[in-house]
Amino acid sequence: MTPLIVSILGAVASFSLVIAVLELIRRRRLRERYALLWLATGLVLTALSAWRDGLNTIAGWVGVRGYPPAVLFAVAILFILAVLLHYATAVSRLGDQNMLLAQRVALLEQELRAAQPDATTRELST
Amino acid sequence: MTELGELRRIAIVPAWNEGATVAGVVAELRAFDPGMVVVVVDDGSEDDTAAVAASAGAVVLRLPFNLGIGGAVQTGFRYAHEHGYDVAVRIDGDGQHDAAWLEAVLAPVLRGEADVAVGSRFLAAGGYRSSRSRRAGIRILARVVSRLAGRRVTDPTSGFQALNRRGIELFARDYPHDYPEVEATVIVARNRLRSVEVPVAMRERGGGRSSITALSSIYYMVKVLLALFVGLFRAVDHFHEEAGA
Repeated sequence: MTPLIVSILGAVASFSLVIAVLELIRRRRLRERYALLWLATGLVLTALSAWRDGLNTIAGWVGVRGYPPAVLFAVAILFILAVLLHYATAVSRLGDQNMLLAQRVALLEQELRAAQPDATTRELST
Repeated sequence: MTELGELRRIAIVPAWNEGATVAGVVAELRAFDPGMVVVVVDDGSEDDTAAVAASAGAVVLRLPFNLGIGGAVQTGFRYAHEHGYDVAVRIDGDGQHDAAWLEAVLAPVLRGEADVAVGSRFLAAGGYRSSRSRRAGIRILARVVSRLAGRRVTDPTSGFQALNRRGIELFARDYPHDYPEVEATVIVARNRLRSVEVPVAMRERGGGRSSITALSSIYYMVKVLLALFVGLFRAVDHFHEEAGA
C-alpha cells in the first residue's frame, strides 16, 4: 500500500502543477497548444496520487508489487519525455520558420533596394 | 546545344565574411560572362562583404543573421526561381572555385544532358591537394553517396555546380541545411533529376577557413553519414513546398 504521506504530497505537488499551468494560460504566458500536455501530466499525476486504491490496482496490473508509487514515477517520466519531445518538434519547427523568414527578408530587402536605388549604398554599408 | 547567350543566366555566390575575396569572384564571373547576373548571398557577415559585392556589380541578398551555407545557397536558388532564370551556376565566395572551369561545368546542362552538373576535384589528375584524412573521408563519403544516388559520385562535397530550371526549382523548394552538398546529391537522385560530374581543378582557398578542418574530419563524416541516412527516411518536405509557393 502507498504510504499516506506519499499520496498527500504527490497530490499536492501534482495539483499545484495544474494550477500553475492554468495560471500561465490565463496570463497568456503559455499557449494552449503547449499547455495541453502539461495539463494532462498534472491531472493524471493528481488522480494517481489521490486515488490510492487506483494506484495500487494499476501497480498490480503492471506487476509492481513492492512499492506502488513507482508507477507514479514511471508515469511522470513518460509524460516528461512526451513533453520534451513535443518541445523538440516545436523548436525544429521554429527553426525552419525562422530560416524561411530570414530568406524572405533578404529577398524582400533586395527588391526594396532595387526599387529605391538611392538607398543602396547607405543600407549596405551599415 | 543551347547557346549560353540565349538564356537568362545567374550565378549564385554564398559568402560569409568573405570581404577579402568576394570582389574577385564577382569580377571573374562578370569577365566570364558579362550577361550573367551575379547574386551574392551575404550570410550574416560581420565584415564588408555586402558592400564590397555590391560595388563589384553583384545583386546582394543580405540575410539578417547567419543561416549556414545551406540556408544561404537556398536563398540564391529562391531568387533564381522567383525571377525565372533558365540556368544557374553556384560558386563559392572564397575564391576556391575557378571561373575558368565554368564553361566545362555548364556544358552538360547546356547540351541538355543533365539537370545538375557538379565540378569534381577528383576526376582530373593532380587537381587538388588536401590532408590525407580529409581525402580518405571524402572517398568513404563518395562511396556511400554513389550507392545512394545510384551513380558514380567522386566529389560529394563539391559546391561548384551548374543547374537548369528543373534543378533550380528543386533546390528552391527543398535544399538540405546540415551538410547541403552531400545531401543535395542524394536529393537530386531521389527526385529523378539527371546529374553528372565534370572534372575541374580547385584553388587553395583565397581567404577565410574551410568549414571542414582536418582534425574534425572523422567527426564530420559520422555526422554527414547520419544526416544522409536520416534523410533517406524523411518524407517529402511539405512545409517548404507550402511556404515556397
